[in-house]
Amino acid sequence: MNDMTPQTVTDAKKRYSAGVMKYAQMGYWEPDYTPKDTDVIALFRISPQDGVDEIEAAAAVAGESSTATWTVVWTDRLTNCDKYRAKAYRVDPVPNAPGEFFAYIAYDLDLFEPGSIANLTASIIGNVFGFKPLKALRLEDMRLPVAYVKTFQGPATGIVVERERLNCYGRPLLGATVKPKLGLSGRNYGRVVYEALKGGLDFTKDDENINSQPFMHWRDRFLYCMEAVNRASAATGEVKGTYLNVTAGTMEEMYARAEFAKSLGSCIIMIDLVIGYTAIQSMAKWARDNDMILHLHRAGHSTYTRQRSHGVSFRVIAKWMRLAGVDHLHAGTVVGKLEGDPATTKGYYDIFREEHNPMALENGIFFDQDWASLNKMMPVASGGIHAGQMHQLLTYLGEDVVLQFGGGTIGHPHGIAAGATANRVALEAMVYARNAGRDIWNEGPDILKDASRTCTPLKQALDTWKDVTFNYASTDAPDFAPTPEVSA
Amino acid sequence: MRLTQGTFSFLPDFTDEDIRLQAQYAIDKGWAVSVEWTDDPHPRNTYWEMWGHPMFDNPDAAAVVFEVNECRKEHGAKYIRVIAFDASPGWESIRMSFIVNRPKEEPGFRLVRQEGEGRSVRYTIQSYSADRPEGARYA
Repeated sequence: MNDMTPQTVTDAKKRYSAGVMKYAQMGYWEPDYTPKDTDVIALFRISPQDGVDEIEAAAAVAGESSTATWTVVWTDRLTNCDKYRAKAYRVDPVPNAPGEFFAYIAYDLDLFEPGSIANLTASIIGNVFGFKPLKALRLEDMRLPVAYVKTFQGPATGIVVERERLNCYGRPLLGATVKPKLGLSGRNYGRVVYEALKGGLDFTKDDENINSQPFMHWRDRFLYCMEAVNRASAATGEVKGTYLNVTAGTMEEMYARAEFAKSLGSCIIMIDLVIGYTAIQSMAKWARDNDMILHLHRAGHSTYTRQRSHGVSFRVIAKWMRLAGVDHLHAGTVVGKLEGDPATTKGYYDIFREEHNPMALENGIFFDQDWASLNKMMPVASGGIHAGQMHQLLTYLGEDVVLQFGGGTIGHPHGIAAGATANRVALEAMVYARNAGRDIWNEGPDILKDASRTCTPLKQALDTWKDVTFNYASTDAPDFAPTPEVSA
Repeated sequence: MRLTQGTFSFLPDFTDEDIRLQAQYAIDKGWAVSVEWTDDPHPRNTYWEMWGHPMFDNPDAAAVVFEVNECRKEHGAKYIRVIAFDASPGWESIRMSFIVNRPKEEPGFRLVRQEGEGRSVRYTIQSYSADRPEGARYA
């Protein structure tokens, strides 16, 4: 710590005389503060402007995200202001990143409205991200106290009940996004749904930007899709679903579309992240009230999650969405075409699925987090994955995940149903082998080859995509390597 | 048609050794394994008939294979599945479910459409096998 750091001014007359004062002097820096169990804690990565002390920068973030403004105001003294001030209590240099610091800031629970992501975020990522003394600011992680977690509904359905409703246990669920994402008529669109579901998938999915366009209005899509879902269900004896995207310009329109989906017997609807936190919470409440699984497509998140120096980490978005109450959320594939290194992605999956997250710096998780029996969210892995990666997907992502092979189903040389069958056989063979004690990481390709002997579509899929990989350096890796065990 | 409910319906039908390996995986996870049968495989027929209680505290999957074969003696022309229950916190539900026996002929399901107002259709799925009375559905 810097010895020159200003101390909190405790003399009330000096503290509240009109004028400008350093944030650290105003009481937003309390290095001796021990966070209460009921405090919300935020961890920011701060990059102060040249010449700005990191302690003062951290105090400024605490101030601007809670009670402070740029100058002293006497009206503070009408409040219990010590309580309402957020307190920066720890600032650490980021390993291997000169000029960047981790700032820990504690917020009293009474600063936040119960059950409102909008209110939480208006403070934590409100004004402060444009604050001039900082070059950049990133919200890396949050500790949400149980007392606050319990004010949220949480996932409308949750992994356990979703599986019970789908009558599907013991293996990842399989899905595919209908392609091309734009331009198909309702009738043609439903054909893709029918073929994919009949071939062996559990779900198909609207893409994020399929709403109601001139080539296909939403009612047409819903009607043809439900014909396809029910035909496929009758053909296989399985419960099938298609994520009907109800995203629209107003809440009224989204509710109307959701009600229509319900009236047609759909088991799942879908919304996009871009509708906003309050709209998401409203749809989660609707989904809970109407026995509907709620899929959230994280459209837009990379605009603020991808760069390490500025924005909001996806792990924080994941925590907010578990509170907000969605059932499905995209979380990366590790091996596919979209951003995500294995260690960071594991951190996301743990936030989705675990009852308790212990601190795990190597996975980017900075705090112990207790989920207080909120339902688990089902992660969705989508984007550039294919049957030949099944051993990697099962190893990295585990069993409670929806694996979505869009191109990897629809792009199969012998058709959509063949693509779906290839994926299902590859999946079941890999789960079988894992359960039977085989080393799927190393024997995976052989296991797939064996399975393809009795499944021509799988053989064709493996031949088509055998060499497709997406090996690029990740832009958002953890800052900490795993701590080596101390050997005795 | 081939009923594809369950964890492994796209693989070739299970041998006794397949059943033993998969059941042992469940047992080693601490799950209680159970055998159930039905003559109505409708996708939303949740409650198949129980062939005894879940086998709590059974360490050996050979016992599961034995029970499957006992069940086959009585219900060999119907569907039989093995399911595993996990009582751990946050789950308290089924963790595996796979079909180990199926009738020679699987008649499948009829999709009934009731045309409603506008272009809405109300769909119902009916098991062909359930057209006949319980107990007389498969040879």
